[in-house]
Amino acid sequence: MKWITAWRRRPWAGYAVVLAALAIIGVAYAGVSPRTDRAQAAAAAASDQDVAKGKQLFNQACSSCHGANAEGTKNAPSLLGVGAASVDFQVSTGRMPAMNLGAQIPRKKPVFNEEQTRQIAAYIASLGGGPAIPSKDQVDPANGDAAMGGKLFRANCAQCHNFAGSGGALTGGKYAPPLTKATPEQIYEAMLTGPQAMPVFNDTTLTPAQKRAIIAYVTQTRSEPNPGGNGLGRVGPVAEGLAGWLVGLGLIIIAAMWITARKPKKKHNV
Amino acid sequence: MTTQAPPKAVDGAIGFLDERFGTAGFLRGKMKKVFPDHWSFMLGEIALYSFIILLATGTFLTLWFKPSMSEVVYNGHYTKLVGVHMSEAYNSTLRISFDVRGGLLMRQIHHWAAVMFVASLTVHMLRVFFTGAYRKPREVNWLIGLGLFTLALLEGLFGYSLPDDLLSGTGLRITQGVMQSIPLVGTYLFYFAFGGDFPGHDFIPRLYTVHVLLIPGILLALVGAHFMILWHQGHTQFPGKNRAQKNVIGKPFYPVFMIKAGAFFMFTFAVIAFLGTFAQINPIWLFGPYTPDSITAGSQPDYYMGFLEGALRIMPNWETNLWGHTVSWNVLVPALVPLGLIMTGAALWPFIEQWATGDKRIHHIADRPRNAPFRTAVGMTAVTFYGLLWLAGGNDVIADKFHVSLYATTWFFRFAIFIGPVIAYNVTKRICLGLQKKDADIVHHGVESGVIMRLPNGEFIEVHEPASDEQKAVLTGKDPLPELAIEAEDENGIPSPSARGPLGKLRKNLNRAFTVDDVPADGHDEGHDDTSPHAEEELQPGGVEPGGTGGSRAISHH
Repeated sequence: MKWITAWRRRPWAGYAVVLAALAIIGVAYAGVSPRTDRAQAAAAAASDQDVAKGKQLFNQACSSCHGANAEGTKNAPSLLGVGAASVDFQVSTGRMPAMNLGAQIPRKKPVFNEEQTRQIAAYIASLGGGPAIPSKDQVDPANGDAAMGGKLFRANCAQCHNFAGSGGALTGGKYAPPLTKATPEQIYEAMLTGPQAMPVFNDTTLTPAQKRAIIAYVTQTRSEPNPGGNGLGRVGPVAEGLAGWLVGLGLIIIAAMWITARKPKKKHNV
Repeated sequence: MTTQAPPKAVDGAIGFLDERFGTAGFLRGKMKKVFPDHWSFMLGEIALYSFIILLATGTFLTLWFKPSMSEVVYNGHYTKLVGVHMSEAYNSTLRISFDVRGGLLMRQIHHWAAVMFVASLTVHMLRVFFTGAYRKPREVNWLIGLGLFTLALLEGLFGYSLPDDLLSGTGLRITQGVMQSIPLVGTYLFYFAFGGDFPGHDFIPRLYTVHVLLIPGILLALVGAHFMILWHQGHTQFPGKNRAQKNVIGKPFYPVFMIKAGAFFMFTFAVIAFLGTFAQINPIWLFGPYTPDSITAGSQPDYYMGFLEGALRIMPNWETNLWGHTVSWNVLVPALVPLGLIMTGAALWPFIEQWATGDKRIHHIADRPRNAPFRTAVGMTAVTFYGLLWLAGGNDVIADKFHVSLYATTWFFRFAIFIGPVIAYNVTKRICLGLQKKDADIVHHGVESGVIMRLPNGEFIEVHEPASDEQKAVLTGKDPLPELAIEAEDENGIPSPSARGPLGKLRKNLNRAFTVDDVPADGHDEGHDDTSPHAEEELQPGGVEPGGTGGSRAISHH
């Protein structure tokens, strides 16, 4: 231990100790503390081959707007650091590649298949990390608590997506899409990455278990039958009022016309 | 019809009662009461029958509903809410929906019947307004009707607020805001009604008492009064052959009208039960229990509150700060102004009309809407005003379903609410006058017979046949308004003293509005103006001589 004795007399020894202590604390904190601001989903290891293929697909379909190196242009944002989850959401819902840029890019039939989507995601992830595609278990509705999910949904999601996930209008021509088609993965990724007008619900705001609960609520709600008959689109009293006036009052007035109709006159008065 | 002796069945029934209560004379008259037949005269009945259904289903619901705000944990059949904390009110409504046999059906019939109740009251009121059936001697019944309508709105609001679900809680929150926005007393009023902070434990039980006891009681009394007055005064009838102020042509109450009314009750009940069975209404299990931190897209009240919601949505966010107190115009104006305009206007209208036209006569013949262009146009102005507000209340659903911008809908309605009624007024008035001219044309030139005749000079014309007596009676049944006394000027052209003041001038202008455009149906020359085809026809050199086709046939070009 002679070298410690020798080195601690040096003028810079104090600084070195402070620096080392900070480094140790920093590394230890990073290791111990919960990873809050960036959700880490267990990603399938992306091979170099996938990245290369993804780059190729990116160059063909995405680079004209997002830039040759995904650095973004005036038409489209940079994709550095958005992560595989974001790519998977946008591409698997068919929103990307976008056809035309309106207030909001609509869901449509996806252009790329599952494998291609994974490859593009791998390429984008290789550029700057970011949230990964969630695992099957993370999004499994069967493991979610739908009752808790309902509470969270009403507090966080219903204000835009409506109480039953039927969608709703937002400002400036934007809208919260109905959640009828979104897969559990896509719902998870949407919460994680906050596409378009949607806010990001990171793992501090909604823990992975809470996200899974919301997925359970959404998938159960959309698959459950309407015990009261036709659900009338599950949009609330507007549809009910319309049905009451058009169907209800319409039918009763037809009955009134029938009841009060005069008998056809006999033919002595032509 | 009115002079006919009552059928045996009537006399038998009356005889039974007469031997016991001595009521034959009274009943015989009442049972023979004649009701005219027209589909639009049945609209008020829909309201009556919906009300009966509401009373019956409502009674069923009270057997299980618990109007309490104490917190419980759900443990019923709807698994998606198991373990969720909620109020006893919401819990018991879930129980009615999922655990009580027939409970959901009863709830849905009750709710649909409420929708039909207010909807039929609305169309009934419109019918009475547009046919002038509120005129003397029926002004009081018109006011009772308005009272019924106002109470029905409140009753509906209180009813759908009871289950304490997310939408009803949102509605109550708005109700609270409206109370608080009332200057000076708002805060006190709110604490008085809610018994503390929002939502508190007192309000739901209080609402319940008002909803199941107080308002239905008043409604029942008013409905009774409404019908007794109707029975006493008789129903109005449209103009027609042999119809006069002093008779009513129709069917006697017993047995014909009673059977028709019974059948119509069945129809109404069938439609409401059909809706209750096949169309889901107010799915509170999807809304979830109310918590003040939650809200859902598409938060709308039931349809009859929609116009108030619309007013709230399009109102600019105006507030004034006076001596440290905020006057919330953004809540106060939409809550009071549209409702005030429509209801106050409707209540005053019969008296305004009487004052302006000086028409104090008894009216038992209903006006055809076209024959009162000013009234019809004002009515359509109000309908447009209400309708636009109503649509504005669903602007987010419209924006979402029809892919238009939400802001665009808001701005559209902000302008349309002022422009739309003006357009409606002018268009309606023109349509009425056009129809009046058409009527005058039919009276004088007859109806198109479909027979095409070729004249010696090669011209084709359509033969017109004179209108039938019945049709003529309908068309000429218009009752011209009497001349207003104050319009009279003395020999020097000086108006009478009462017409000179501001009120007199207003009265004169209003009178002018009521009468200026009238097209008399029986005055030939006024039936059409100079540019009408008839005038041209007479000037045309190639026109046919009237004598050529016989006196009973009029010919006009087509």
